[in-house]
Amino acid sequence: MHELSITQSVVEICEQNAGGRRVLAVTLELGALSGCVPDALEFCFEACTKGTLLEGAKLIIERVEPKGLCLGCKTEFPVSAYYDSCPSCGGFTVELLRGEELRVKELEVE
Amino acid sequence: MCTTCGCSPEDLHHDHGDGHHHHDHGHDHESIGAAVGKKISIETDILARNNRLAAGNREMFAARKVFVLNLVSSPGSGKTTLLEKTLKDLSASTRSAVIEGDQQTDNDAVRIAATGVPVKQINTGAGCHLDAHMVGHAAEEFDLDNIDLLFIENVGNLVCPSSFDLGEHHKVVVLSVTEGEDKPLKYPHMFHAADVMLLNKTDLLPHLDFDVAKCLAMARRVNPGITIFEVSARTGAGMADWYGWLAERVRS
Repeated sequence: MHELSITQSVVEICEQNAGGRRVLAVTLELGALSGCVPDALEFCFEACTKGTLLEGAKLIIERVEPKGLCLGCKTEFPVSAYYDSCPSCGGFTVELLRGEELRVKELEVE
Repeated sequence: MCTTCGCSPEDLHHDHGDGHHHHDHGHDHESIGAAVGKKISIETDILARNNRLAAGNREMFAARKVFVLNLVSSPGSGKTTLLEKTLKDLSASTRSAVIEGDQQTDNDAVRIAATGVPVKQINTGAGCHLDAHMVGHAAEEFDLDNIDLLFIENVGNLVCPSSFDLGEHHKVVVLSVTEGEDKPLKYPHMFHAADVMLLNKTDLLPHLDFDVAKCLAMARRVNPGITIFEVSARTGAGMADWYGWLAERVRS
């Protein structure tokens, strides 16, 4: 349940940037390979925001679909797991171009 | 107050929104002032604070020439036994120290202390992983100038510790042969994050259906660059290769 400390960091980042205004919505960018489960984040968000500028705020999670680059044949392809092989040459040396994002993208404040 | 992260002593082991951290946001601060309507663009890595503290730890370890390994595994893989054996066998050549992470008890720290090596226990309570903040403060309690090798034994958990950089040189994942050969595929994040895998309890192989070749192939599928040692902390089999790997890196 590391989503709890992740959510605490989200609240901390938002409060630092909200300038004392009440936060209405938070948008996160969450890579599918970030190791963070959206449902668990949503569960923690309600608990972690109580008594903060974010209380009652809407949590918007934008999922980033992973994309890999085969270092063998330079093919770019959608990745669903770390053990995916290149669909073109079957190689496993894949550089992940995106999909591990764990970012606060945007705030909407009052 | 701590000058590294700004926490006060009572803040240890929990997050503190004290608002005076200078995060490495990696974004243009003008975008905050120029917010259109009520939207504020943030673009901040959620783990930025942990990563900043980890970078601080890494600098501290580099300045004091300490080689640091973050040992991760599921509970019961034999991490502590493996550590005890390693510490005893290296005691003549290497000055080691250990940070023990567990949710509760100092049982592991007591075992490590019996080897004569300095040890610091961190209890995370409900927490499922160590973070860079906890490790930074624990490491400060050692005389780092007289330590060559620091082991951080993370909380037994193959999921959460993979996301948290502690400032270590390498994550070392310990997998025991009693756990099943498909663990690398079931918990790919951890095996992807680790640079080294120790396949432990190999002395039990005659009693199991564990397919070593299959397991190693799965680990290399998740992480083609992973270095693997097959060891038994109980019998000492294979440990010499692991020690050789350590010796090449300590104080190098």
